[in-house]
Amino acid sequence: MRGQHILGLEHMSVADIERVLNTADEMKKVTKQDIKKLSTLRGKAIVNVFFENSTRTRSSFELAGKYLGADVINIAASTSSVAKGESLRDTLLTVQAMGVDAIVMRHSAEGAAQYATRYVKAVVINAGDGAHEHPTQGLLDLLTIRQHHGSIAGKKVAIVGDILHSRVARSNIWGLLKMGAEVHLGGPKTLIPKEMLDMGVTIHHRVEDAIADADVVNVLRIQLERQKKGLFPTPREYARIFGINDERLKLAKENVLVMHPGPMNRGLEISPDVAYGRFSAIEEQVNNGVAVRMAVLSLTLADGVQA
Amino acid sequence: MAQWLIKNGHLIDPANGLDDVLDIRIANGKVAAVGKSLSAEASDEVIDASGLVVSPGFIDIHCHLREPGQEAKEDLLTGTASAAAGGFTTILTMANTRPVIDQAIIVAGMKHKIQTDAVVRVEITGAVTKGLEGKELSEIGDMAQAGARAFSDDGYYVNDGRLMRAALEYASMFNLPVISHSEDCCLVADGVMHEGCVSAKLGLKGRPAEAENIAVSREIMLAEMTGGHVHIAHVSSKGAVDLIREAKAKGIKVTAEVTPHHLCLVDKTIESFDSAFKVNPPLRTNEHIVALIEGLKDGTLDAIATDHAPHAYEEKDCEFNEAPCGFAGFETAFSVLHSCLVQTGQWNLQALIHKMTAGPAAAFDWKDRGHLSVGGLADLVLIDPKKEWIVDPHAMLTRGKSCPFTGMEMVGQVVRTMVDGKWVYQDGKIIRN
Repeated sequence: MRGQHILGLEHMSVADIERVLNTADEMKKVTKQDIKKLSTLRGKAIVNVFFENSTRTRSSFELAGKYLGADVINIAASTSSVAKGESLRDTLLTVQAMGVDAIVMRHSAEGAAQYATRYVKAVVINAGDGAHEHPTQGLLDLLTIRQHHGSIAGKKVAIVGDILHSRVARSNIWGLLKMGAEVHLGGPKTLIPKEMLDMGVTIHHRVEDAIADADVVNVLRIQLERQKKGLFPTPREYARIFGINDERLKLAKENVLVMHPGPMNRGLEISPDVAYGRFSAIEEQVNNGVAVRMAVLSLTLADGVQA
Repeated sequence: MAQWLIKNGHLIDPANGLDDVLDIRIANGKVAAVGKSLSAEASDEVIDASGLVVSPGFIDIHCHLREPGQEAKEDLLTGTASAAAGGFTTILTMANTRPVIDQAIIVAGMKHKIQTDAVVRVEITGAVTKGLEGKELSEIGDMAQAGARAFSDDGYYVNDGRLMRAALEYASMFNLPVISHSEDCCLVADGVMHEGCVSAKLGLKGRPAEAENIAVSREIMLAEMTGGHVHIAHVSSKGAVDLIREAKAKGIKVTAEVTPHHLCLVDKTIESFDSAFKVNPPLRTNEHIVALIEGLKDGTLDAIATDHAPHAYEEKDCEFNEAPCGFAGFETAFSVLHSCLVQTGQWNLQALIHKMTAGPAAAFDWKDRGHLSVGGLADLVLIDPKKEWIVDPHAMLTRGKSCPFTGMEMVGQVVRTMVDGKWVYQDGKIIRN
């Protein structure tokens, strides 16, 4: 995978996904060590260019790079020349000119990471492009499921919430389907494009049907900023009809895994008892996020030198 | 003025029902004779058009020349050069310039500039509403008297139905059409591509075909109510074709155009996130293309128009969401349709030429254009139907170098264009008389 851009899971092969997950399993051990430092990426420079706010993804990538021995810097759009009207191309060319080996990029525009590959020779890793894809989140979710259930193939995974605006949902769908899972989407009609059926999923508008007998329930954040567009009447109504609470979770399998990419709206899409309950893997996801990003960086920048 | 005898060309003149190997003589800017084996007169300069198609000059009833105000994108010099290279001898430019063409004085200024800069005939569209703001009617009558040939807020739908009603009623007093960019603004919202499987997959916001259908439906009803002539610009949806077909059957005064890109490209191309494919209305799916072709064949769609909308390359070179809509279209229009529809057997050359000549002329009642009648204007084009070429925007005469057909292999190309009895374009070069 050396030199390969990581733009999304739609076009990533099953073999590559497995390589990332296997490497991440090894990397996870490093994150548990007392001294979390490898020399795999010593001498490599990574820049996190975040045109959208992010805490967990940016710091996860930053730590991943640092644990691997790379030099990592962060550029936030609000403090960059973007605020002065610089184009994305110019920003990318500037970063490129600094001689970096990888650009980890988050941007509100779908396709922005793909666009970046036109202008930079460095490896481009998509840290979320609009509502399109968030491949490392998809990979860490796959890793979390595999660790919990032993395998992904044959599992029923329910993805519940604001699918329409979610890059996490799209990366999850591609990754899960490739690995042989059954994907069920649940939520109001206004938040699930019916054309997603074409991707190979099942759609439910009664959230109970989506999570019935599910092995995994992945709850997505309701993007309250989209509320003004009237996609559902009120948060109160959403929570009552579509929110995942203890009662509803009983419909899923006994050893169900509950995931959430964060940040959560507690009491809206997920009740606190579920978010912090015994089925929740939310903290584990964060830990796996670092491992997966270490795997992705090491595989694309250094042939995945083992820990 | 030179007198030309164009011999042995395959003359296709749908308006006059001609489709044969014929000679044509041009004298004093007019068609002097059409017939078999015309003998050369002393003053004739003879052109052997064996293997070439001779057609009336193409008429484009929808383009953007960007002048005044956005000359970095295009101006009258480059725009009309590009039109000539595409075989267009008459073009109708839209009003969304800066300033907007919404007053007679701007129409007059344009007409003056056209006289000095243009190599093809340029007709002018005035805005329906002041500043294209959709709030108050422009001085439609004043602009009509200054020479505007149609009215449109193209780029924007006139959202206020009462205002559109007034525009249709008012423009009908001057026997001029109102051209509608038909897309319901609220349904379109901030969509950037066709709403469907591809947009769902990419996460890009969609513009549903229903937004077009609803808007077309209103325009048809208002045309029926007012007796005005509404022309639907760049039809792209199956539903719109069905509605227009039904309206025409009822005798409602509605005409319509379709673009080469809506006939030959689908939304799947946007999987590359290449902003060259960003256009309004958006590229749709094969189901819509089939309906558009059917609409052309049965006469529901009157004309092919390019919607030539050049932008500076740098403007289009950005995130898909941020890029402006549209691209250059003059120089690829004929070749794209010939390659994608005629060469593949889906359509025939005669019908294609009809929709690029007599069709648009009839839609706007331009009786002196779109045919090669003896005594009529000598606006014509020579086409090499076998010429193979690859689209390279940097070799085009337009300033708009963003093109969705870049790299595509074409069969058939315009090789010469004559306006008013004078050659204005030949083999890649403009001839300024």
